[in-house]
Amino acid sequence: MTDLTRMTATDLAGLVASGETSAVEVTRAHLDRIAAVDDRVHAFLHVDTEGALAAARAVDERRAAGEQLGPLAGVPVAVKDVLTTKGVPTTVGSKILEGWRPPYDATIVQRLRAAGTVMLGKTNMDEFAMGSSTEYSAYGPTHNPWDTDRIPGGSGGGSAAALAAYEAPLAIGSDTGGSIRQPGAVTGTVGAKPTYGGTSRYGLVAFSSSLDTPGPCARTVLDAALLHQVIGGHDPRDSTSIPQPVPDVVAAAKLGATGDLTGVRLGIVREFTGEGAEPGVMAAFRESVDTLAKLGAEIVEVSCPHFRYALPAYYLIAPSECSSNLARFDGVRFGLRVGDDGNRSLEEVMSLTREAGFGAEVKRRIMVGTYALSSGYYDAYYGQAQKVRTLITRDFTSAFEQVDALISPTTPFVAFPIGARTADPYQMYLADLFTIPTNLYGGPGISVPCGLSEGLPVGLQVMAPTMADDRMYRVAAALESVVGTFTPPAL
Amino acid sequence: MAAISREEVAHLARLSRLAVTEEELDTFAGQLDVILQSVAQVGEVTAADIPPTSHSVPLTNVLRDDVVVPGLTPQEALSGAPDVAEQRFRVPRILDEDVAS
Repeated sequence: MTDLTRMTATDLAGLVASGETSAVEVTRAHLDRIAAVDDRVHAFLHVDTEGALAAARAVDERRAAGEQLGPLAGVPVAVKDVLTTKGVPTTVGSKILEGWRPPYDATIVQRLRAAGTVMLGKTNMDEFAMGSSTEYSAYGPTHNPWDTDRIPGGSGGGSAAALAAYEAPLAIGSDTGGSIRQPGAVTGTVGAKPTYGGTSRYGLVAFSSSLDTPGPCARTVLDAALLHQVIGGHDPRDSTSIPQPVPDVVAAAKLGATGDLTGVRLGIVREFTGEGAEPGVMAAFRESVDTLAKLGAEIVEVSCPHFRYALPAYYLIAPSECSSNLARFDGVRFGLRVGDDGNRSLEEVMSLTREAGFGAEVKRRIMVGTYALSSGYYDAYYGQAQKVRTLITRDFTSAFEQVDALISPTTPFVAFPIGARTADPYQMYLADLFTIPTNLYGGPGISVPCGLSEGLPVGLQVMAPTMADDRMYRVAAALESVVGTFTPPAL
Repeated sequence: MAAISREEVAHLARLSRLAVTEEELDTFAGQLDVILQSVAQVGEVTAADIPPTSHSVPLTNVLRDDVVVPGLTPQEALSGAPDVAEQRFRVPRILDEDVAS
């Protein structure tokens, strides 16, 4: 019998729609796979067995009643624990929200349910999405299915690992500085960060509100596009949601799959010299550039002189916003409360609660943000970073006058061993070198597997103009049509 | 020269409502120094006349129609609270702060 866990979401939806298999069978196959391998991967923080089977049964009943089903009906999906799920534990990888069951669904979760997808559970992540390895989860690290001694990327390492371990065919992530794309790259899966404002933040636990972007993760470009279409689009409950339809990313993925990029101009960023990147990563990237050229793309070198300041600007802007956003974790309305013995003041209880509930990286970022926003330092740090953000945006705008999309490696290095970068927080930040500029600009970016280095996956990143998400899907699907998908060794 | 002293980190922790330990202060002081010296690179950019960007979406005053929709019930809103009294969030004492500090 065909192993349902090895199939694409597109094929699974087809089998469910035609009645060749049921949504319940598909769901059981994935729950069995989770039970078999997740003790070694730890992709999930919570598996919602009953909820998943109930959702699957509902899809089967709708089909039996002759209802027209959506393009992903009956397909299981793993959701990063950063999105609220009604009645289902939501921790954001933090002890401060341990045991919290939100009273409402995030908009994306509502849309997933309405589309008939089956939520398997919540995936592991760096605490509050701050990190690049999932080692900063308060619940222990996730292991990369390619080599369980290595990191799966972060912050959305759980979602990416669930895909690579065949525990789920689809997953949701969120990308503030690369948290969808970098895990995709190091696990050999596809991760797309939509245009900021193209996917709703309602119910996404906030880290850095001007950067946070939820998006799709999958094993193929077409599957990612189908998921993007289901979750994307305007949401009146998110005041930064763009009131325009999502570009037709599914059509773009199908067009790209024909392998023809004639007339497409792709830019290589001159300032991404490969300094700080592993030679194997750069070799795989250069080979992909040749492949894209053979498919008809014109390759052009462009200059983005301010990209070298993206990392420092980001590590001022994101912590500043985080220091403000995380003030809501005060031990009053939800989550942990520590030290409330009847004698201590609110301020003391708040400080003890936050001390006990937050991990070291979250504390560092709150304090860096507090520093950057304090009077006397504001102009030199946060204010200056915002100006640099303007210059990076101008670099993108001028690049997109010359080319349709930009390409780069997704991340400077392949999956590193667990524990290799935790001693020096700034070494961890370097994982986001190539992904951060896109977040500051607000445009879309996708990581697609492009090769192996030392037996580990390497990702190629495609960056497109704001609200031109379709372009990146076309280029990514074209590359995928040549290099194929990547299968890790058996767990 | 260090960008930040141990005393300044202790001050930041107080502002951030984090009751950090002495041990943590030692660790954080070194780490924050590395981070702040690295991010200070933004100062190399000549940007005096450049307007700041706080946000990538050029939307202002986003309003919705004033339509009543169901919200959370009090029970739902209080369901995750650490302590509840009389259908309200119960908080520790907020007056007499001077006695406590």
